[in-house]
Amino acid sequence: MKFVAVIRQVPDGESRLKIEGGKVDLGGVTMILDQMDEWAVEEVIRLQEKHGGESVVLALGLERFEEAVRTALAMGIDRAIHLVAEGYLDPISQAEALAEVIRAEAPTLVFTGGQQADWDSQALGPALAEALSWPVVSWTTQIELDGETQARAKHDLDEGAEVVGVALPAVFTSQQGLNEPRYPTLPGIMKAKRKELKKVPVSASSKVEILEQTIQEKSRLNMMIDGKDPVAAAHELVRLLHEEAKVI
Amino acid sequence: MILVVLEHDGQRLRKGALEAISRARQIGALGAIAGVVIGENTQAVAQEAAQYLPTVYAAEVGSYTPEKWAEAAYAAAQKSGAKVVVASGGRQSRTWTARLAYKMKAGLLEDTLETSADGQHIIGVRYSFLNRVTEKQKAALPVVFTAKPNTTPLAEPAGSSGVVEALEVSLPPTVEVLERLSEQKKGVSLTEATVVVTGGRGLGSPEAFAGVEELASALGAAVGATRAVVDAGWRPYGEQVGQTGKTVQPNVYIALAVSGAVQHQAGMNKSKYIVAVNKDAEAPIFKIADYGVVGDVHQVLPALIDAAKKLKD
Repeated sequence: MKFVAVIRQVPDGESRLKIEGGKVDLGGVTMILDQMDEWAVEEVIRLQEKHGGESVVLALGLERFEEAVRTALAMGIDRAIHLVAEGYLDPISQAEALAEVIRAEAPTLVFTGGQQADWDSQALGPALAEALSWPVVSWTTQIELDGETQARAKHDLDEGAEVVGVALPAVFTSQQGLNEPRYPTLPGIMKAKRKELKKVPVSASSKVEILEQTIQEKSRLNMMIDGKDPVAAAHELVRLLHEEAKVI
Repeated sequence: MILVVLEHDGQRLRKGALEAISRARQIGALGAIAGVVIGENTQAVAQEAAQYLPTVYAAEVGSYTPEKWAEAAYAAAQKSGAKVVVASGGRQSRTWTARLAYKMKAGLLEDTLETSADGQHIIGVRYSFLNRVTEKQKAALPVVFTAKPNTTPLAEPAGSSGVVEALEVSLPPTVEVLERLSEQKKGVSLTEATVVVTGGRGLGSPEAFAGVEELASALGAAVGATRAVVDAGWRPYGEQVGQTGKTVQPNVYIALAVSGAVQHQAGMNKSKYIVAVNKDAEAPIFKIADYGVVGDVHQVLPALIDAAKKLKD
């Protein structure tokens, strides 16, 4: 069996963002393997540990994505393919470029993150599935393989969750609760440096253009009410919400 | 031609469908609007939709899977000749609309706050970077876009009734649903609620959520929870607000004993008003709060319930 994790590198959620020339400037920002992709990587490693075969990490993005790719290798993925592309490429166009590589790899399944922490996009997994004419299971919290051609997965819906049977190959996207990712160990990091990392330049045009980005911190009233007298505080709060804000 | 995919609950159109119709009308310069109702009991729901739209397709494909929804929406787009497809936002729709966009070779604008037509382009405004950045995107037709819930006035009926037409869809290979683990939610849906009351780990126990529910019920609000709370098993995952949970933008968000981690803020920081009750005056939530009460939630919450009930009497 072969398991593929598709990953991206994103800014650490705790880091401060700034805007330069109408676009987000990531200079000086700590970049990490997207947390939701990390769950995908961990799950792929676990599947390989359980069922044998090979694990592959696949990334499409800037040269600097190599750090995130190395993190995945250090966690235990066997080898990597990095499609190096400059600039913004929307998830639908990304899916097209990634699908070509995945078709050639012919894996048992593909796992990726449920939502990207930079573009807040949920589209890559399902678009990839469409490009491959495979089914998709998004927001997966549990997966079990039944041989090489069938899986059973639990995943979240708008409300509640469901258990589905799905024919493989298929694309899965991750959700919180799927697993607890391991930390790369020092030997793991050393080994990762010697693992195969194939870089392939790609050029594709984006279907979506980002015209402008701004950070609009909504100005807040920051009105503090002393809670020492809880009854008075509660009445004041309800009065403010009813009479001033007019929201209740 | 513009196609609206109309979200429904098997009986009636959901609020999101009426928002999506409004969005379609806003870009009406691009042509006439048709609708499609996908799923079960579609004829009846399509009759309701025909009060809003001149043509409504009914695609009876059974219960939800992303493959079926994408295929049905694609068939409706083909039949109507639509160059723009509008749907309401949510996990499910953001899954199948991505499939649909790929089928149509369309640009996809996800979870838009507002949208406008500019010649043969659609311009959408949306949030990115965990809800911290507002960005303007542009895509040439064909375009598929989803409308973030609670961003658009609900559409009014058109005055004249449209026609309903059954739509044949050849079903694609798809997942097989073995078991639905639905959270039978009493009360208001979290993403559609205009008031949300969220409890955090600081409440101390799952039992303390009885107070959260009571306040929510007094205010006609939905109940939310933080990641720590759902991870501890106190509340179902469906109530989680944040990066990996739901994103809400109510008129007022009341955070009780919630510290306000970045991942939580990603799900609620665009609320019109934010209220925080926390005993720690240094909690990050106070930085984004309009009204903050520094105090013990176990004392403030019962007083809030009383005050809210009095207000409604």
